[in-house]
Amino acid sequence: MSEADESAEDPAIPVEDAAVDRSTPLEVEGLRKTFGGIVAVDDVSFEVEKGTLTGLIGPNGAGKSTTFNLITGMHDPDDGAVRFNGEDITGLAPHEIANRGLARTFQIARELEEMTVLENMMLAPKGQVGESLWRSVTPGLRNDVRSQELDQLERVWEVLDFFEIDHLAEEYAGNLSGGQRKLLEMGRALLTDPDVLLLDEPFAGVNPSLEKRLLAHVHELREQGYTFLIVEHDMDLIMNNCERVIVMHQGRILKDGTPTEVKQSEDVIEAYLGGEV
Amino acid sequence: MSATGLRDRVADLGDRDVGLVLAVLAVIYVVYVLAGVVFGYSLRGQLNSIANLTFYIGVFGMLALALNLHWGYTGLFNIGVVGFMGIGVYVTSVITKPPVAQGGAAQVGGFGLPLAVGVVGGVLAAALFGLLVALPALRLRADYLAIVTIAFSEIVRFTMMSRTFQTFQVPDTVLGIDLAADTVGLGGGGGLILNYPSPLEALLRTLFLWDPYLGFVGFVESNLIANNPKPVVDGVVYGLVLLLVVGLYYWLLTWTGKSPFGRVLKAIREDEDVANALGKDTNRFKLKSFVLGCALMGLGGILWYAGRGSITPPSFRPNITFFVWIALIIGGAGSNTGSFLGGAVFAALLYEGPRYFKNLVEAALDLGDGPGSFGQAMAAVGSLDPVPFFVYTLNSISQLRLVIMGVVLIWLMHNRPEGMLGHRKETASTIDLSRPDRRDAPEEAAATDGGERP
Repeated sequence: MSEADESAEDPAIPVEDAAVDRSTPLEVEGLRKTFGGIVAVDDVSFEVEKGTLTGLIGPNGAGKSTTFNLITGMHDPDDGAVRFNGEDITGLAPHEIANRGLARTFQIARELEEMTVLENMMLAPKGQVGESLWRSVTPGLRNDVRSQELDQLERVWEVLDFFEIDHLAEEYAGNLSGGQRKLLEMGRALLTDPDVLLLDEPFAGVNPSLEKRLLAHVHELREQGYTFLIVEHDMDLIMNNCERVIVMHQGRILKDGTPTEVKQSEDVIEAYLGGEV
Repeated sequence: MSATGLRDRVADLGDRDVGLVLAVLAVIYVVYVLAGVVFGYSLRGQLNSIANLTFYIGVFGMLALALNLHWGYTGLFNIGVVGFMGIGVYVTSVITKPPVAQGGAAQVGGFGLPLAVGVVGGVLAAALFGLLVALPALRLRADYLAIVTIAFSEIVRFTMMSRTFQTFQVPDTVLGIDLAADTVGLGGGGGLILNYPSPLEALLRTLFLWDPYLGFVGFVESNLIANNPKPVVDGVVYGLVLLLVVGLYYWLLTWTGKSPFGRVLKAIREDEDVANALGKDTNRFKLKSFVLGCALMGLGGILWYAGRGSITPPSFRPNITFFVWIALIIGGAGSNTGSFLGGAVFAALLYEGPRYFKNLVEAALDLGDGPGSFGQAMAAVGSLDPVPFFVYTLNSISQLRLVIMGVVLIWLMHNRPEGMLGHRKETASTIDLSRPDRRDAPEEAAATDGGERP
């Protein structure tokens, strides 16, 4: 693939960053999932390269969210394998996968409503000693918990500042607007210290100015070395921002390539673009 | 915000909670004492009424706190509270009852171990059965857990009543030691006679306070209550012990809630999938929360019933479970302070209150005996004389108590579904989550910092 093509299309993507380490933290091979008689995902294979923004698009019912759920362990695949950083994680429980550094957000932002923004954020970090009941209620050991929480708190505020939702810190998450919830969810996922972030329609129902902000955050994080796989409906948004686009249709992968390649693909035009016009 | 400012704010919150609890208790006690004055109670009567009130405030406070861990924090819909209480007190009794069977063939003996061992055994048994229920049931959605727990509590009650478990033959000696009476068991429908020293005596003896205590009783006898003051003093002191235990529950559950552990519990309550996606093994957390709550319910059951002369299966009907639920709903699920207040208000207003109200009215107005049946009461209303109907209603107040509870619940659901203190920010953390001081910089500086990889 040619980096020059992309940067010509979208100068927002710095060329030098896209050229770094080409290892593939996330590999999906021959995934298949059926619900009753419906084949939701059929023989889906792709790789996500480190430090890239990969878009996963397709019409409704194409199997994008199911693919996400298969990768993150919410569903068990009928066939196929998911490898993360070289390790086979197929069929592991969601929390085990999350703990390995694969974080996700949900299609409809699922904030924890009756918890404050700060509590939402403090929940996320991995390896909290205070998650052991005994440590939390034993007077001597509770001091360890406190000091770890104090360290965590600094990072939480950094992330709140980064996403510019620090003024909402004390608010109940349920009182946030749709867009603010998306920011909260992304911040929370980020605090689990992931290698790869799977974002399920992060821009759905977000107003244009906030969408711009979210995109800027995603690009900034990608430059810092995070890897993104993004499910999205909005073709233009994906075409303009991702280095690579995977198009799904009726549970299968229709096309996997650069935005230019995808735009020129007859199959994609027929199945997706053509179908919508 | 300065550090001292924060500390003051935290201290304020603590003080406000303590102040609120003390204020509510003060109002309750003043009303009860005033009612006692109206009744013309002697000092003995006043103390009895106070002891009784304190007892119920204590047990309902404890049980509401334990249930708050399940429902308020973790969102586990446990409607089998009384089952775990029953297991606690029955196991305690069997362990503690003296080996020599007394009172004829129907009575069974026990293992004759110290009460402390019995209490520990009872609490552990409640926790163990909590684990047994939780292992399969926590994988189910909330309403199925509810069905499993209420069915379990009924199974416990039927087991207490069953002939099969009424008596067991125990081998005379095991490894050369005579462990227990020849027959132990749950006593069937007749229940168990608790023929061991009272829990208060056992506790005070363990603390080497028994002789000073007897001295104190003697002092009361010679100065305040002339005739056999011990039962009265016992009651008051046991009530105080219960309040002390409530304090321990409160401390334990507050620390549990205000910690990363409690934070995960809250997240499970809000959305278990999210907690999972953030790397939390939610099944483990739910299991721990459920077992801890069951153990506390077991202890609550022991402290409620182990001091009585006997226990019988009808005491462990599901209505107790629903009383505890009402207490929790009044106080506000999710708040520990609210749970205790709910327990106290429920005990004073809805559980003991109606009876007091009846006594109060009878003391104020000399109404005489009421009509024997509803028909007679209504007949008088027909002839425009409401008094017989009024007296009939008063005489039926213990049945009407349930109606009153229902009305209060409906009113709460409509007007204040979150309870007295629900929907409060009791932040689940060991620390104050305000912006740390040294990062308290202008907006721009903070934004630059955010640029680094966090």
